Parts: sequence; structure tokens; C-alpha cells
Amino acid sequence: MSILQTPGSDGRFGEFGGRFVPETLVPACQELEAAFADAWNDPLFRADLDQLLREYAGRPSMITECHNLSEQLGIRLFLKREDLNHTGSHKINNVLGQVLLAKRMGKKRIVAETGAGQHGVASATAAALLGLECKVYMGEVDVARQELNVFRMRLLGAEVEGVTSGSRTLKDAVNEAMRDWVASVETTHYCLGSVMGPHPYPFMVRQFHRVIGDEACEQMNDATGTSPDFVVACVGGGSNAMGIFSGFIDTPARLIGVEPAGGAAVSRGQPGVVHGMKSFLMQDEYGQVAEAHSISAGLDYPGVGPEHSYLASIGRAEYPTVTDDEVIAGFQLMSRAEGIIPALECAHAMAWISREAKNMQGKTVLMNLSGRGDKDVGQMMSILKDLA
Amino acid sequence: MTGRLEATLRSRIDGGGKCLVPYITGGYPGWVDAVRACAANGADAIEIGIPFSDPVMDGPVIQQASQIALEAGATPISIFQEIRNLDVGIPLAVMCYYNTVFHAGHERFANDLVAAGVSAAIVPDLPLEEAGEWCAAADAAGIETVMLAAPTAPDDRLPRVAERARGFVYSVGLLGVTGERAELALTATVLAARVKKITNKPVLIGVGVSNAAQAVEASRVADGVIMGASVVHRMIDGGSEAVGLFVAEVRSALDGATW
Repeated sequence: MSILQTPGSDGRFGEFGGRFVPETLVPACQELEAAFADAWNDPLFRADLDQLLREYAGRPSMITECHNLSEQLGIRLFLKREDLNHTGSHKINNVLGQVLLAKRMGKKRIVAETGAGQHGVASATAAALLGLECKVYMGEVDVARQELNVFRMRLLGAEVEGVTSGSRTLKDAVNEAMRDWVASVETTHYCLGSVMGPHPYPFMVRQFHRVIGDEACEQMNDATGTSPDFVVACVGGGSNAMGIFSGFIDTPARLIGVEPAGGAAVSRGQPGVVHGMKSFLMQDEYGQVAEAHSISAGLDYPGVGPEHSYLASIGRAEYPTVTDDEVIAGFQLMSRAEGIIPALECAHAMAWISREAKNMQGKTVLMNLSGRGDKDVGQMMSILKDLA
Repeated sequence: MTGRLEATLRSRIDGGGKCLVPYITGGYPGWVDAVRACAANGADAIEIGIPFSDPVMDGPVIQQASQIALEAGATPISIFQEIRNLDVGIPLAVMCYYNTVFHAGHERFANDLVAAGVSAAIVPDLPLEEAGEWCAAADAAGIETVMLAAPTAPDDRLPRVAERARGFVYSVGLLGVTGERAELALTATVLAARVKKITNKPVLIGVGVSNAAQAVEASRVADGVIMGASVVHRMIDGGSEAVGLFVAEVRSALDGATW
């Protein structure tokens, strides 16, 4: 039996998950659960989605063997190239699925939260393609550090609203998107951007992203004849990690989800409930949700998807942390050694691999390069002043 | 067994009146005086908000009050301590998000409420399916758990929500978060009528009941109203005096209307 769970109507992965939302949203979550189950089992829906993934997003994404870094680090390193998808990250997989589903459900409008802007850009893109109205909530701190993506969303026809409450980052953007959804639930689908939130989102978003792991498993078999020793991905909410982990969960591969030291829900959090789910959560002694602090807007989140909490609790996946300084070094390392500028989120995975390579000598390592770094170049210019 | 909150509301209803439950954000500077002003000016019960970092059911006014309260150092424990010394003579309910309960532990939180003299709890992000553990602890401690009935609930859901409710059924006045609106939403009385049809428990409309006229309009169908943002904005702008005047105005409108 697979370790990959299909949650029942209680939406649980072990003790984690669930549906902790205001009564107003319960029927909408139930409707979405039923609609997703129906669509996922409908060959016509799957064919439509596969066609969009192939002809619009550019799937399958390839794997790239990193010969230079492999030699330098003493490992055999492969990248799963989600950065080459249309819109520049893995986020498009989930969004095409959800927007197609929203349309099938007769919704006219989607709302989305975004941190780094990648999910917002993907949502705006899919909404433009499929003719839905789109509003994106983004913390004001993130609006400032990701202004290129804000403009990109507006170019695509989406409305972007800066969120001024709380820490003014991803957590608060989720709150504001949920408040919008409470008021607009009859016409609007909440296009949640990670494997988090109330049931069925953690399950549904993982299913939309498992294409990453399914492809990678086959590609690694073709390239090496076996599964890798390590599968490494960064974790904020954890969608790219769940996507790639899905393909390797029943193999002997060690699954490594790298969290930022300032947003380490699994290693520094305790079980808690926020944003509709029970999961590991950084919080104070009274259960007030802590503010995350990460160089990367996409990982600046105090919680984590409930399936990650489950995988951590049963010991199937590990969740180490890296510091912002290690991330900056990882960002430069990949850029210079391989000619690939990674998203700052993925630079977390690179940073962990580079730090731990001494303990992985001769091993095969697959890293999910979940996004490209173009969006981070402006921010890095102010950090790497010597180069600017 | 009927709890203190339900018994108090029922005695108002049985006397031909309508219930008024104002909401005050606990821990906001001057909140204790605001609670006293509510009690002195005709509130039947008072809802005290325990501020939370991520209040997804609240609009800008209550969000702001919560944030100020948190910055002033308010914690559930500090609020309970002040509640213990309140002695306003009417039942108190806390409104808190579920992580506050979950983090403290269900039994400990229920016992803390009892120790503080609180009668009831409203947990807006704890829907029926997830409420079992908390309700068991609350029932055992004698805390009444108010359940929310939403405008989106299908007919087969409302009776289960009402059945689980203690104290009263909180009939959500509109699709949206707390905050003042120019007019009472049509959904407010439509839902309250649906709920009234399937339960004998008191049914109060809250969320989007913004002034005395709307309170009267809502009470044409419901047994009374909960007023949050309209009270809190007066506390922010004018302190306990403004709160007292407003509660008295709504009380007098409810008492002056013919039903």
C-alpha cells in the first residue's frame, strides 16, 4: 500500500489536515471536494488538463544532469526543470487544474493569494486563458520586493490588492483571500496556491502537482536505471515538494524538504490550526501565529501543508533548515556553476545540498528546481552590491 | 440542562422583548469600562473577543482592535483575569478563534472559562464536523457552545447545527466578514426565518447589523441581535461613554418597537 494518502471526508493525513473554516465556507469546500473527485475521475477533464499541460505549460519538463556541480560536490546531481514551465515555476500545474475545475463548476471569478508572485502570475495567466476574472491578494512587503511580478499580473488582466494587515506577507494574503471568499463564495473559486488550507485543497493541489514526481520517477529511471538516493525540494506551504515527493514516496529515496530557518514550521513549530488546517505551525505560548522571516517571499510562511506534517510525524520525510546567508551562497553557486539562475525558494534546496554534500559522496541527488530566478534578480542586486 | 446564557436570553424573549448582545474586543485599552457600559445600558449578555493574530472572519474594524489589543500585550490569560473581576451581573461569552482553544488544550480552556465566570464560547472557525472534541470538553465543564448558522447552509445542515448549539443559534447576517453595512442584507432575515422554523433555541442575527434601525429590522424575524463592529468602532473613537450611549440607543429602539 502506498504511503501516499487519499484522505477520507474528514480530510485527515494522520492527525493533520481537516477543514477548520467558518460555517459559510463548509458547503463550498464540500462542493469543491465532490467536483474535484468527479473531474479527476472524468477522462475528458483529464484529457483537457493534459493537453493544457503539454501544449500551454510545456510539459513534460526535462531533467538536467549538473555535471559541473556534481564534480564540485562529489555527488551526482539532477534537476527537475519546473523553472522551464510557462510562467516560470511549477505553480502552473495546480493553477491550470483549478481554473479548469472552477470553470467546470460554473464559477466566474477566482481569487488567489501570492507570496513571491509566482502563484499570482500563474493564476492571472490561467484566468486570462480560460476567461475568468482574477483578483490576487499580496502582502505589501511582498508587493515591494516583487514589483516585477505585480506588474506582470496586471499586464495579464488581474487585479492585485496589497494587504496591509498583520505581517503584510503571505500569511496575511491568505487571510484576505479567505475573507474575500467568505463574501463571494457563490460566484468565486478560491484558487489556493499550495498544499494547504481546508480539505480538499491539500489533497487536490498535491494531485495536480504529482505530475512532477511521476515524470521525474520515469526520467530518473531512464537516466540512471533506478531511483535517486535523495529527493530535495524547498518547502514553504510545500506544493513543489509534495509534487516531487509523490513520485518517490514508495521508493527507498530519502525525501528532504528544506525550510527557511525563519519559517521552519516542521522543525520549530507545534501542531496548530490556521488557514483551515491542522498542521505544524510557528506560534507563541498562547497560540498566536508567529511571523515568518525569510529572504524568499515564497517561503515566508509560518505553517506548512498538513501532508508534510504527516510525513514528518511518521519519519518518511525530513525537514532541515538553511539560513538566508546559505541561500544567497546557493543562489550564486548554481548561477555560476551551471548557468542556471534559480528562484530564491529553490536556492534553499541548493544550499542544503551544498552544505550536506560531504555526507552524500557518490550518491544520486534529484533536486526540484521549482522556479526560475528572474523575479529575484532585482532583490539580489541590492544584496550583492559588489556585482551590481 | 439549560445554561445561564440561554436562560437569560429566554427570559427576555418570554417577557416579549428582544435580545441585545454587544461585542467588545478584550484587551483593547479601556475594554473593561466598555463592557461595564454595555451592561449598564441594557445588554442582555456580552460577547468578549479574544484577539487572535489571524482573524479570518473579521473585517477591518475588529481586525484593528485585535491588533491594538495584541500590541498592548493582551493574552487569553490576562483577559480571563480581568473578566474574573468584572461582576457585571449578565452572562458573558467569549469569541475566540480555534487555535487559541486548541493550543491551550480543550479541557484546560473550558476550565479557564469556568474559572473566569464565562458562560459560553463562540468559535467561528470551528464548523460542526470539527467541533466534537471542543464541545465534549465544553459540555463537561458547563460552557455553552454557540454554533453559527450560515446563509450557505443547505436545509439538511441547519437542524444539525441548531441541535449542537447551546446558548443560542448565531444566525450569520450576510455572506462576508464582520463590519458595518449601510443596509441589513436580505439574507439576514431569510436565514433567521429558516433557523427559527427548525429550532426552539434563541436565534440571534450577527454580522452586518450596524445600527438601531437594522437591529429592529433583524429582530422582526430573530430573537435579537449581536452587534460587533458598530460597538467596537465607537469604543475606538469615543471610549466607553460612546459605547454606553450606542447600546442604550439600540436597547431603547428594541424596547420601543411593537412586535
